[in-house]
Amino acid sequence: MKRFLHVLLIVLSVPLSCKKLEPAAPEDHETLDGPVEGLSDEQRAMFLKGDIAFNNDVFTKETGLGPLFVSTSCGSCHAGDGKGHPFTTLTRFGQINEQGNLFLHAGGPQLQNRAIPSHQPETIPAAATFSKFTPPANTGLGFLDAVSDADILAMADPNDADGDGISGVANWVSLKNYITLREGSIDNTGKYIGRFGKKGAAYNLLQQTAGAYNQDMGIVSTYEPYDTFSGEEIDPEVSNQTVQHVVFYLKTLKAPVPRNINDPGVLAGKGLFTQINCSKCHVTELKTSRSSIAALSYQTFAPYTDLLLHDMGNALDDGYTEGSAKTYEWRTPPLWGLGLAKISQGGSYYLLHDGRARSIEEAILLHGGEAAYTRDKYKALSKEEKQKLITFLESL
Amino acid sequence: MKKLLLLTTGLIITTTSIGQIDATLLRKRHVDTTGTMLNMDAVYNRPFLSLGKLPVALGGYAEANWQHLGTDGITEGHQFQMRRLTLFVASSIAKRIKFLSEIEFEDGTKEINIEFAAVDVELHPLLNVRSGIIMNPIGAFNQNHDGPKWEFVDRPVSATQLLPATWSNVGFGLYGKLFKKNWVFAYEAYLTNGFNDRIIDNREGKTFLPAAKKNRDRFEESFNGVPLATVKAAVRHLKIAELGVSYMSGIYNKFEDDGLQLDKKRAVNVLALDGNMVVPELHTSINAEWAWIFVDVPETYTQQYAKTQYGGFIDIIQPCHRGKIFGFENSTINIACRLEYVDWNVGKFRETGGNIADHLWGIMPGISWRPSAQTVLRLNYKYYNKIDMLGNPPARTAGFQCGIATYF
Repeated sequence: MKRFLHVLLIVLSVPLSCKKLEPAAPEDHETLDGPVEGLSDEQRAMFLKGDIAFNNDVFTKETGLGPLFVSTSCGSCHAGDGKGHPFTTLTRFGQINEQGNLFLHAGGPQLQNRAIPSHQPETIPAAATFSKFTPPANTGLGFLDAVSDADILAMADPNDADGDGISGVANWVSLKNYITLREGSIDNTGKYIGRFGKKGAAYNLLQQTAGAYNQDMGIVSTYEPYDTFSGEEIDPEVSNQTVQHVVFYLKTLKAPVPRNINDPGVLAGKGLFTQINCSKCHVTELKTSRSSIAALSYQTFAPYTDLLLHDMGNALDDGYTEGSAKTYEWRTPPLWGLGLAKISQGGSYYLLHDGRARSIEEAILLHGGEAAYTRDKYKALSKEEKQKLITFLESL
Repeated sequence: MKKLLLLTTGLIITTTSIGQIDATLLRKRHVDTTGTMLNMDAVYNRPFLSLGKLPVALGGYAEANWQHLGTDGITEGHQFQMRRLTLFVASSIAKRIKFLSEIEFEDGTKEINIEFAAVDVELHPLLNVRSGIIMNPIGAFNQNHDGPKWEFVDRPVSATQLLPATWSNVGFGLYGKLFKKNWVFAYEAYLTNGFNDRIIDNREGKTFLPAAKKNRDRFEESFNGVPLATVKAAVRHLKIAELGVSYMSGIYNKFEDDGLQLDKKRAVNVLALDGNMVVPELHTSINAEWAWIFVDVPETYTQQYAKTQYGGFIDIIQPCHRGKIFGFENSTINIACRLEYVDWNVGKFRETGGNIADHLWGIMPGISWRPSAQTVLRLNYKYYNKIDMLGNPPARTAGFQCGIATYF
């Protein structure tokens, strides 16, 4: 009996150490999700509501999916809030200049390439040019949102006045009727600076979110009330509250935390990054202005973007555009989180706007236009220097 | 007023007298241990209590547990759960006509289901008719799911999140058995209501047969009018093992409505193998099941919803002590281990040619104490490694579960 009591005591004591036998949380720098520091309790609660709507809400026929769609949930395009996989790459078509989309009547601007059973998905009209957009990472978007228009324009150099071969222009876009202007917005004949999306055509995260519900999942809201299948205005399938929770979630996702920052290879690579002019467009440091979220106000952060459009050359010109961008212009993508892309892209890299580059080096070598000089400087680096530069990029 | 008083008094007397039934009058009908029982007999091979000569027998089981699980550093903390309370009522209507029903309350009263309610008419050992709400004989676990029979708090993932245990439907069919020396052969064949389109349109975002159970109308009407056929054949050598092969086939979509064609007929097919044995001398019990699922998913739909899935589990139970413990004469201590694997999406991405992951593997070592054959106290450590469809780093879940399950 005594023996059994001992065994029983041992058996029952094992679960008391339960936390030690459960998987530990990954380090903060190993993941992209999680809120920015400094949120209030109320803000953290709202972050959680947005997190659930973003990552857990899977739409079905019953809850409004489609009938034409690309994906069934926000999270299926942005696994772990990171970059997406070609499986959910979006296809946009029908616009070749700033005059607008010529194929709105044929389902433009976005192809809904999937359909619920008994429906047929869209196809790209024969005469339309198109481009593919791999879903970007969601992290740190609130910081980008809080950069002032004045700061963005200060980085623009449309006429290349400094003669460095790099210009940089803002994408001036018309606003949707539900958009409220952010403080300090600069008006350019009724158009405003877009800063989100591959072409920088979305003014803010509400436009990005409501558009994604509508164009990616076929979910109608009061913001985007038209069904992508019928073209008719129909009852909302997602509440304004849910959309706002998701917007708050996206705004308050933390910025990616760099890794190995004191590694000599990383430090050397960082020096090369500036030395060969990568940082002319992938601007190392930006500042936020006043934000309604205190944790985002007046912060200095390192996104490695200038939020401006640049000519990237013929190889990356798909013949499709948005807003006032030319077809060969792309908004500088933030490089933060680049080293964590593999953990959301299934263990591989799918880089550049359409995921065509399968490595960081391939992405660099596909740079053209304004970036041709820098690309050639990269080519001229020694093998070791190239490796250091890539090590630095992977540390972001 | 006088009538009301009389009625109330009468009710009190009746209630009291029922409450004072001599417990010795309750006869326990024991579980068959002759070795000739097959998995298909599980539904009747349960302990029942009957009262005197009443043709009705009652039974049931309950399962409760504590658990503390964490996923990548995030835990829900200590959870106390009443997973199931199940009641059986069996009655012998005539010599070879019997009725059994099983009503289950899951997670408190969150789900209340009639899992089984069927009349069996025995015409010949090889020809019996069963009709009502039946448990489709796919795999082994679906018909043999009583908590007290298992050494683990959780049901196998492949049985509940790949196959839809407990999967019951309204229908009828035939079953029978043949005995030859040390061999037992058996078959079951049923036609029932079947699946619906929720299996590829659900909040799980994956082909998920259990989602069909969300259709509340399924006991009232067939979703598309096409019966689901389920057949199973099993063979047992009394000294070696039992092997079963089962197949389920039906149409899951509403291909026409109100006389109008909406889609082509889309099939769901399931093949399962199951087996169990007790290793002689060692008394090690091995119980395993593996299933393949094939679903006709439209090409124009999302690849999240798989055309092929498979998975299964193996439970290995080793008795390590038999004897008196805390006064329970026939106690048994078992050590146990369950290994599981489920792939919810077998295929390759059209866009990249890369493998679609969406799979899970798990290991669950445990220890159990059976103070009697009908009651089990169990302590499990569970470790699951779940990978999303893109193949990103896994979500790791682990922790302890401790619970009790007993027939009553």
